[in-house]
Amino acid sequence: MIAVYLILLAPLIGIAVLAVQGDPDKSRRYNIIFNAITLICSLWLAVLVLLKGPLLSSGKQLYIDSFNVYLVVLTAFVGFTTALFSSAYMEHEREIGKINLKMLRFYYAAYQSFMFTMFLVLTTNNMGILWVAMEGATLATVLLVSLYRTPEAVEAAWKYFILCGVGIAQALFGTILLYFAAEQAVEIGSGDALLWTTLFENATVLNPGVMNIAFVFLLVGYGTKMGLVPLHNWLPDAHSEGPTPMSAILSGLLLNDALYAVVRSKMLADRALGTALPGYLMMGFGLLSFLVAALLLHHQKDIKRLFSYSSIEHMGLMTFAFGIGSPWATFAALFHMTTHSLTKSAIFVTVGHAAQLAGTQRMDKIRGLINTQPMIGWGLLVGTLAIAGFPPFGVFASEFLILVATMQDYPGLTPLLLIGIGVAFAGLFRHLQPMVFGVVPEGQQAIVANLTPVMVHLALVLWLGLSIPVFLGNWFNQATQLIAGSMPL
Amino acid sequence: MAWILAILQTLLFIGGAPLLAGWIKMLKCWLQNRNAPSLLQPYRDLRKLWRKESILPESASWIFTAAPYLVFTVAVLTAAVVPLVAVDLPSARIIDVFGLVGFFALARTFLVLAGMDIGTAFGGMGSSREMTISSLAEPAMLMVVFTLAMSAGTTNLSMGMDYVLDSGLVLRPSFVFALGSLMLVAVAETGRVPVDNPATHLELTMIHEAMILEYSGRYLALMEWASQIKLMLYGVLIANIFFPWYIGRDFSPAALGQGLLAIMLKLALLSVLLALSETLLAKMRIFRVQEYLSFAYLLGVLGMLSHIILEVYYA
Amino acid sequence: MLDELSYYHQAILHLAALITLSSFLMLGQSRLLRLIGVFAAQGFLLSASTALVAQTHDFPHLYISALLSLLLKGLLIPMMLYRLVMRMNLHREMDTVEHPAGVMMGGATLVVFSYYVCLPIVKLSPLMTLNTISVSLAVVLLGMLLMITRRHAVAQVVGFMSIENGLFFAAVVSTMGMPMVVELGIAFDVLVAAVIFGIFFFHIRSSIDSLDVDRLSKLSEVEE
Repeated sequence: MIAVYLILLAPLIGIAVLAVQGDPDKSRRYNIIFNAITLICSLWLAVLVLLKGPLLSSGKQLYIDSFNVYLVVLTAFVGFTTALFSSAYMEHEREIGKINLKMLRFYYAAYQSFMFTMFLVLTTNNMGILWVAMEGATLATVLLVSLYRTPEAVEAAWKYFILCGVGIAQALFGTILLYFAAEQAVEIGSGDALLWTTLFENATVLNPGVMNIAFVFLLVGYGTKMGLVPLHNWLPDAHSEGPTPMSAILSGLLLNDALYAVVRSKMLADRALGTALPGYLMMGFGLLSFLVAALLLHHQKDIKRLFSYSSIEHMGLMTFAFGIGSPWATFAALFHMTTHSLTKSAIFVTVGHAAQLAGTQRMDKIRGLINTQPMIGWGLLVGTLAIAGFPPFGVFASEFLILVATMQDYPGLTPLLLIGIGVAFAGLFRHLQPMVFGVVPEGQQAIVANLTPVMVHLALVLWLGLSIPVFLGNWFNQATQLIAGSMPL
Repeated sequence: MAWILAILQTLLFIGGAPLLAGWIKMLKCWLQNRNAPSLLQPYRDLRKLWRKESILPESASWIFTAAPYLVFTVAVLTAAVVPLVAVDLPSARIIDVFGLVGFFALARTFLVLAGMDIGTAFGGMGSSREMTISSLAEPAMLMVVFTLAMSAGTTNLSMGMDYVLDSGLVLRPSFVFALGSLMLVAVAETGRVPVDNPATHLELTMIHEAMILEYSGRYLALMEWASQIKLMLYGVLIANIFFPWYIGRDFSPAALGQGLLAIMLKLALLSVLLALSETLLAKMRIFRVQEYLSFAYLLGVLGMLSHIILEVYYA
Repeated sequence: MLDELSYYHQAILHLAALITLSSFLMLGQSRLLRLIGVFAAQGFLLSASTALVAQTHDFPHLYISALLSLLLKGLLIPMMLYRLVMRMNLHREMDTVEHPAGVMMGGATLVVFSYYVCLPIVKLSPLMTLNTISVSLAVVLLGMLLMITRRHAVAQVVGFMSIENGLFFAAVVSTMGMPMVVELGIAFDVLVAAVIFGIFFFHIRSSIDSLDVDRLSKLSEVEE
């Protein structure tokens, strides 16, 4: 249990330390150190859970099972690599005068607050605290989105704040209904009525009518946070206008955690209702997001917007797969969560450097990356190949699994998925090709870049595409059993 | 016996209406630090007008001369069916609230026709404004009626009052809204501030006065009297529907006396409220009336909704 | 039926009705200061109803929630908004509602909708005050409508906060409040959100020289 406390404690201390630390060099280092601590602790925690099974803290407020522990590790990992990247990136931003020291200090403190809320979302057992932490994540990041103070950034942040705030309010209503349903059931003591474990154990006695409504509200609420169409408007703006490390962790972590909240709610709803309705809802929303985002990829002019639409597309796909709910689909969705997270954060890191290199985020101005700085060009090319679902990368494997699972249960929907993947592929590549290979504009020079995270991420994705390591397979299996009720393998 | 009582009550109603108008005028004078005319001044005015010669415009048709009698008769009929001092009068049983709304509409139709009949600019303007306002006020009024009907389970006035009396003091959210809505509608329909100002003949703002501008003598007396009855009607409706306590429930002299006293007191209090609001508020522009009445309608709708949502027991 | 309830319960229903009314008043109010005033009144109503629920159902911890909502929703946030509006010299600014009648009718439709959504929940419990849960959902939806129909940032924030009011009311009437940790957490979030909104007003004004968020329209999907 100490590991969990440490995971939560490290970012908390980090907030305090980084909020007062004025020296940019030190805070850069501290930021990395705190993230390293959480990463180590999360690995330790993972081993614990793998060996001993689910952990419940003494006050029942924290709960770790095989589903969230792997997300904790993923979060810690992406948080760590992004911290590595952001130290170089933010330094560059400071040098060119886009931000000042005060903003930098704020940035690091907010980074740690965001990590804290993410870990709280993942580890808490209390559906109410889950909501509080989710809202906290918005609050922690919203001022980061507007960090540059440009009209566009302020607009994006405002949109993000308002839309997410309103959206997530629906989730709170859902949570209240959940609590109400639990209080109606005599079997549940009122002190524990919001604890996920208690709710899950007694889900069968929860009133189906209330649970139905509660799930719809929870899905809409956390779905907004996840960028599901038609509640996605804030996402591309927030991703494109904030500092790039922000985009990387928003895309790689926040969306995952929102999906995590939805899946946890679905587990409750499934057990309480015994119908396929929650699954159908998720499939519908997921498929819609997937297709709409794939189409919108073609319209983009801003490179970060392009990839944020790609995030929406992939979140839609995962939601769809979780919605199917069969062991295979769930396994695939979990796998896809991992591969997408790793790939997308790697892409955002590369994109950030590319934008710094070209001095703009407009895709028609970014040209010839591979000639000016081959590492960035290659990174972008490989990353995009990976995210578009090219073999042998992990995304291909997970998308393939999702396709197979769809084929099994809803064969009629497979063509739609295939078309979506094809459209998205075309949308990404029509923009990518000139950026990587085009004519180099005059005066474009290489910049200082830290591409280690990118390479590590992409190497991992490649590895996952070639073979799923045994321990990871076990992990996914256990998580799948938790969510879907039985193992696929 | 009951019918005699009903007729007596109607007479009381018609006779009392100018008194109420006088009382309101008096209150307003007090509030504005003026010397008040006597309470009986409206009676004197009516008598004076009654005796004067009536002059008809050249362009007037039979509608113009028939309208005052019609408007007055309808006002009397309406007064006859609204319980004033006692509830279970036979005259009140024969008609429900929709009939009441219909009576109001009938009177208004002739008033408006008469305003247009003579073809002057002011008459037409007043008529068009009157119709605008009433077309907005009537839906609000009906919403109030629906709310009451749904709560009481009847559209009959006296039965509704019985229901409220029988259930004792119950705080009904819907009634609060309905009361608010009905008050706003009453102000608009009786042409009081802030919708219309009965005290002036300002060309560009008058509504009711514009329609009856060409009347004189006996006709004018009837028109004035009818509008005083209408004012009192709304007052009695508000008082007896929402606060029906102490109204006479049988026909014993004691009950009737108590009912008479109660309604006088209630009307006196309502008049204070009206006089206060007329003193404090300024007349609004005619184009704002639409907003004002849509607020009244909103209150009516909210009343009905809060009845359905809050006051019905489902489990 | 209604007359079988105690006066406390009837008073709770009354307050619920008044809270709905206050939401409607906000929808139609175009002057910023009055809007804030109505919002504060809603906070007071909320707090009063919470205290009443605490009294009738004997839930002492709800008194704390009542106090919390009084301080936060009734006093602190309205005062903050008021001071911001005065400081930024916005008190004369109007945020006119376009098609007020349409907006009001839309609002009434939302009330009917939330009634329809909550009906299955209401039918579950013998508690008649549970009827108010549809009122709370209506307040949430009306807050959203307020945010959609307004262009002024302050008005949007008021809408946002009134959504929170609705949620709080839902928790009070349906489940006698949330567990204390959660409630404190939510209060903390609301407070932080209010502060951030305050910061945002300055950011927005310095970037577009006004608080009319309709002018924040650089980011759109339409091709330039």
